[in-house]
Amino acid sequence: MAIYRSHVLVCGGTGCASSKSDLIKKRFEEKIKEMNLDKEVQVISTGCFGLCEEGPIVVVYPEGSFYSKMQINRVDRIVEEHLYKGRIVREFLYEESIADQKLKSLNQIDFYSKQKRVALRNCGLINPENIEEYIARDGYLALGRALTEMTPEEVIKVVKDSNLRGRGGGGFPTGAKWSFAAPNKADQKYIICNADEGDPGAFMDRSVLEGDPHAVLEAMAIAGYAIGASKGFVYVRAEYPIAVKRLEIAIGQAKTMGLLGKNIFESGFDFDVEIRLGAGAFVCGEETALMASIEGKRGMSRNKPPFPAVSGLFGKPTIINNVETLANIPQIIINGAKWFKSFGSEKSPGTKVFALGGKINNTGLVEIPMGTSLREVIYDIGGGCPNGKAFKAVQTGGPSGGCITADYIDTKIDFDTLTDLGSMMGSGGMIVMDEDNCMVDIARFFLEFTVEESCGKCTPCREGTKRMLEILEDITQGKAVMSDLDKLEKLANNIRSTSLCGLGQTAPNPVLSTLRYFRDEYEAHVLDKRCPAGTCSALLNYSITDNCRGCTKCVRQCPVGCITGKVKELHVIDQEKCIKCGACMEACPFDAIVKK
Amino acid sequence: MQKVIDIKENVTKFEELSAYIERQDESQGVLMQTLHKAQELFGYLPIEVQKFVSEKTKIPMAEVYGVATFYTQFSLEPKGKYTVGVCMGTACYVKSSQLVLDQLIKTLKISVGETTEDGLFTLEATRCLGCCGLAPVIMIGDSVYGKLEPKKIPEIIESYRKK
Repeated sequence: MAIYRSHVLVCGGTGCASSKSDLIKKRFEEKIKEMNLDKEVQVISTGCFGLCEEGPIVVVYPEGSFYSKMQINRVDRIVEEHLYKGRIVREFLYEESIADQKLKSLNQIDFYSKQKRVALRNCGLINPENIEEYIARDGYLALGRALTEMTPEEVIKVVKDSNLRGRGGGGFPTGAKWSFAAPNKADQKYIICNADEGDPGAFMDRSVLEGDPHAVLEAMAIAGYAIGASKGFVYVRAEYPIAVKRLEIAIGQAKTMGLLGKNIFESGFDFDVEIRLGAGAFVCGEETALMASIEGKRGMSRNKPPFPAVSGLFGKPTIINNVETLANIPQIIINGAKWFKSFGSEKSPGTKVFALGGKINNTGLVEIPMGTSLREVIYDIGGGCPNGKAFKAVQTGGPSGGCITADYIDTKIDFDTLTDLGSMMGSGGMIVMDEDNCMVDIARFFLEFTVEESCGKCTPCREGTKRMLEILEDITQGKAVMSDLDKLEKLANNIRSTSLCGLGQTAPNPVLSTLRYFRDEYEAHVLDKRCPAGTCSALLNYSITDNCRGCTKCVRQCPVGCITGKVKELHVIDQEKCIKCGACMEACPFDAIVKK
Repeated sequence: MQKVIDIKENVTKFEELSAYIERQDESQGVLMQTLHKAQELFGYLPIEVQKFVSEKTKIPMAEVYGVATFYTQFSLEPKGKYTVGVCMGTACYVKSSQLVLDQLIKTLKISVGETTEDGLFTLEATRCLGCCGLAPVIMIGDSVYGKLEPKKIPEIIESYRKK
C-alpha cells in the first residue's frame, strides 16, 4: 500500500455535496497531478465533518488545517502554497482556527473540542467507500471477536451491561431488546436497521450512513449473531441517495472480503444484508409500520403485543435498531461496557449525536456526552443565535418533541431530563429559535406535519390531530376564543393517551409544551389578536414609515385602493380596507413599508 | 398532459419491468421495490402500469393502488421536466422557507403539487432535504440552491426556462 505524506480530506456529506464539493475534489486531484504531487498527496472524499455551516469543508492532514467555505478558485493556491511549499494559506482557514495568532488544528476548535465522537468516530476521517480504511480503524475487529471469542449470550451481556439505550428516540435498552428475541425459536429471525430518519431537521443517521456505513453493517452482523438471525435489512429513506449508494458499495465490499455472507470468520455464522427503500412516509419510522412497509404493504402501525422480538417481519422474531444505536455497538464490544459507561450520565451512558439547526451560528452535526448542558451545546459548540438576536427556545425531538425555554438552558441533556421537561430526545434534531419565531406557528407547523403523515388507521390520530390543527389555524389567524385553548389541551391529552402508535401518542407534544411555556403567546393571539413575534401574517399590519417619499408607486399597486396620500407627501394605509397582500411593500423602492 | 400511456410505445419499459419482477423473491415482499423500479422507468405510476404490476406479481390491484397512493414518493401524475422541491423541514421553516415557497407559487403561477402548462416545472413542498446548514433550501432536479431569499427565485427559474 502506498504511503502518502499528506492527505486532503474533502467533505462529501449531503450538505457539502450540495455546494459542489465533488468539483472541489476533482480540481484538487487535477492540480496535484499537474504539480507531480500525486504520489505524495492523497485526496479523499469523506463523510460529514459536522460543521455544515462552514461548508464546503476541506481538511489537510497531518496539520489538521481546516479550510472552510471552500471555493473552487482557492484550490490551486492551496496546492501550490500548502501542499507544495508547506505554507498553510491562512486567509482561507476557518476564522476560529487562527485565534491569538496561533494556528489551531481541527480538534482544538471550540466546535469540536467539546465533542466526544463514538458513533461519528470515522465520519470525516475515512473514505467511506473503502473498506480497508474502515478496517485500519479497527473495523470488523468487534465482529471477529464476537464470532470467535464470545458466545451470543456474552455479546448480549456486554450490550446489556453497557446500558446502551435506543438512539432513535425511545431510549429503550438495546441489550434488553436483544435478550427478548434471542430465546425465541424460529427457522428465521431478522435484524432491521431503521434508517428511515423522518424528523424534519434531523440528519444524524444519514451522516453515519454516508460517513461510516461499515460500522452499521458490522453492528448488524453482531446483532444477528447475538439473537441468531442470518438476515438483515436496512430500511432507508429514498431521499438519501448518497447514503444508499455508499451502503451498496459497503455491502459489496464486505461480501467480497467474506465479512458478510456465509461462514463469516469460519465460525459457521451466516449473515446477509439487503437494502430496502422507503418511499416518503414518516410513520414508517415506527417499527410495526416499518415492517409492514418492508413486507410491501401500506406502512401502517399495528397493536403491540405481539412485540417484534416475538413476531415481527414476516411473522418472525425481529430486532429493529436505529442507525446511531448500531454505530455504537462495535465500540462497546471492543472497549467493553465499563468504558462506555465512563462517559455520559448515569441513566443514559454514552454519547448522543444532535443535528443543530435553525437560528444558530454553527449549524451542523455534533456528538456530545449525555449530560452535557443545553447551554454548552447552544453557546459553546453552536455559537449562539446569529445577528445578536435573543435565544428563545430550542425544539428537540421533532414532531414528537417539545420546546425547552431559556429558563431551562442549564438542563443536562439525557433521555429522562428532556422527557421531564415535556419534550423528548427523539432522534436528535435540535432546532434553535430566536425572538422572531412564533411558538404558536411552530406548533401549527408540526401539527400540519403530523396530519399529513398520520397513516389514518386509528381515529384519535387521524381525526384528532386534524381538529387540533384547525384550532391552531384559527389561533394564528386571530379567529379563536379563549375556550379554544382548553379544548386544544383536552384534545391533546386524549390523543396522547388513546392513539395506537408512537406517532399519535407524541403528536400533541409540540402543542402541550408550547402551551406550557408560552401560554402568554397563545393568549396574545386570542385576546389581543396580536402575534408578538411578528410571524403570523393574518395578525400583522402593514404601515408606512417616515422613509416614504410620496412616489405613489404603492397606491398604483394596491388592489383594493386602501392607500392614500399626495405626491411627495407621507402616505397612509387604511387598516380596515387592507387585505394584507403585501403588494405595496414589494413595490416600495424606499423600504418605507413595514409589516408588524 | 396525457395521462393514459400508450402500451405499444412503451413496450421495452414494460419488458424491463417484467424482467425485474421475475428476478425478485416473492416471499420477501416485492411490491415496494417493484413500484420504485416502475416509477424509475416511467417517471410516474399510471394506472396501466399498476395493473401490469398487479398481474405480474399476483398482488391484488386494490393493494397495489393502496400502496402506490400511501407513499408520497409514488406519483400517479406525470411530473414536469424539472421538479422544484422547497424544503419544509423545521430548520428551513424557522428560516422562512414559507416565503420562498410563496414566491415560487407567484413566479411559476401554480400551487404545490401542480405542474406548469408548458410541462417544465412541478412544484413540491418536500420533507427535510438534510442540508440544514444551507437553510432555506430548494432543489431543482438534482441541484440544490441554499441560503435563499425570495427575491432570488425569479432569476433561478428563468435560468431553467432558458435551458
